[in-house]
Amino acid sequence: MSINLQALFAQLLVGLINGSFYALLSLGLAVIFGMLNIINFAHGALYMMGAFCAYFLLNALNIGYWPALIVAPVAVGIFGMILERTMLKWISGLDHLYGLLLTFGMALIIQGVFQNYFGSSGLPYAIPDVLKGGMNLGFMFLPIYRGWVVIFSLIVCLLTWYLIERTRLGANLRAATENPTLVRAFGINVPRMITLTYGLGVGLAALAGVLSAPINQVRPLMGADLIIVVFAVVVIGGMGSIMGSIITGFALGIVEGLTKYFYPEASNTVVFVLMVLVLLIKPSGLTGRAA
Amino acid sequence: MTTITENAIPEPRRGTSDAMIAFVIMTALLVVVPLTGVYPFFVMQALCFALLACAFNLLIGYGGLLSFGHAMFLGTAGYFTAHALKVWGVTPELGILIGTVGAAALGVITGVIAIRRQGIYFAMITLALSQLLYFVYLQTPFTHGEDGIQGIPQGYLFGIFNLSKPITLYYVILAGFLLGFLLIYRAINSPFGEVLKAIRENEPRAISLGYKTDQYKLLAYILSGTLAGFAGSLKVFVAQNASLTDVHWTMSGEIVLMTLVGGLGTIFGPVVGAFVIIAMQQYLAGFGQWVTVIQGAIFVICVLTFRRGVIGEIAHYFRRSL
Repeated sequence: MSINLQALFAQLLVGLINGSFYALLSLGLAVIFGMLNIINFAHGALYMMGAFCAYFLLNALNIGYWPALIVAPVAVGIFGMILERTMLKWISGLDHLYGLLLTFGMALIIQGVFQNYFGSSGLPYAIPDVLKGGMNLGFMFLPIYRGWVVIFSLIVCLLTWYLIERTRLGANLRAATENPTLVRAFGINVPRMITLTYGLGVGLAALAGVLSAPINQVRPLMGADLIIVVFAVVVIGGMGSIMGSIITGFALGIVEGLTKYFYPEASNTVVFVLMVLVLLIKPSGLTGRAA
Repeated sequence: MTTITENAIPEPRRGTSDAMIAFVIMTALLVVVPLTGVYPFFVMQALCFALLACAFNLLIGYGGLLSFGHAMFLGTAGYFTAHALKVWGVTPELGILIGTVGAAALGVITGVIAIRRQGIYFAMITLALSQLLYFVYLQTPFTHGEDGIQGIPQGYLFGIFNLSKPITLYYVILAGFLLGFLLIYRAINSPFGEVLKAIRENEPRAISLGYKTDQYKLLAYILSGTLAGFAGSLKVFVAQNASLTDVHWTMSGEIVLMTLVGGLGTIFGPVVGAFVIIAMQQYLAGFGQWVTVIQGAIFVICVLTFRRGVIGEIAHYFRRSL
């Protein structure tokens, strides 16, 4: 089999980009799971909201891509914090499964509302002028925007990791996960920290949405199918560590890209197949703690 | 950590007589349905989903395992039955058998994988497995992809009952539903069911008492999947098609919703829940996508304020086990 390098690298790049989204989303899921003990099924819907938010800012308020990178995650993050204060708060202490069911309901509502107003077809979002075009790297043609997405999300992932694993705020956060009562005794407002954490996780999802808007079309169901792949990524990675989510996210994107080149029929299923294999060998996931 | 169905089980159990009375009332109501002029297609469809929800409830209500991929059993059995009937031209009873056995086999394969993790991980794994299957069915030729298998012949059950006559079909579906329902009821009230409940309440203790809990959970999963498949095979005769919607994960969500509305861990809850949700879809169809929003809202309301579900609340109020 002769290998077409041009096509192989193109698929690898697509894989890396999908990997960026997987990493940002599973990172947000991990942060939320650590603090709230909830698997946030609404994560895909909030990712979609991020993309729509960017679309709105551009078309209704004429606010371009660069401000949207900040405004959209903050806006959706605030929306997430409202959700946490009004709903998620009431089920803390109940079985994990209630969190899954509640956020699933929230996802249905959000997606349904967007489908009503925008239909199911996609809306285009133009690539910002600075990032248009591409570079010839000699062995492949690199569209600049795609390269930007990969590098930018990698930086965001690492910053989040640094925030949680290396700063005082992160230390408080991790302590509150382990023992909320004790942390509260030190005068730290744990409920507020929980709300902010949910906002952070949601903001990461919305950021992924803004990044994906120029690549994928802005659609109400853009997050619905993606979230299931991300769940598979989470099962494979095990959600044991922040770094684990990031590495697993990118790695699985690359694996998916390679599959698209060598055996395209399996590209939709390879992540799930990998999940099965990992579960058979190491049920707790690659970086996970035992359940 | 409280178990998910804790609220649904009222404390004092007064034997099984309450359930018996409720069962007789339910059966009587369902038997007279064709005489009342209610649209029979709607009731038949609801019965198939009721059995499906009961099978799902066996797993979560008594085993504490939330499967978010139960649509895969519905869809798989549906495709197998539809293919056998249409392409191989088998008799209806053989078609149902093929579909149900297919679902059982799927239960064995996916169960061995999924049962290795618990709680939300179990839910995510079943969800991912069903999505894997969705893509497989999207690509394999025998399912006809997006078109699905259409125009399935209904034929004569056991060579006697003409299934293309609505009234005959109705009673056959009803008989199938009652058979499945009684089987689930029997399983719940057997030593097997008691062990299952013990595992739900406190798995480490069940293990320390010497029960191989994984085997019990796997058996419950396979039983649940097989009965869900049975419901899917019956549904083929009602809808006369098998399509991708039955395998998609939103269908799994609907199954969870039906059970949640009716009452997790109650015997009759899933039946009531299925009728409520199917009726809602039937009569709110004009609202288009708002139906999704309404379903989501019901999910949220149920989880926040109404965790026992319709039957769970009634049972709790009268302190009965339903």
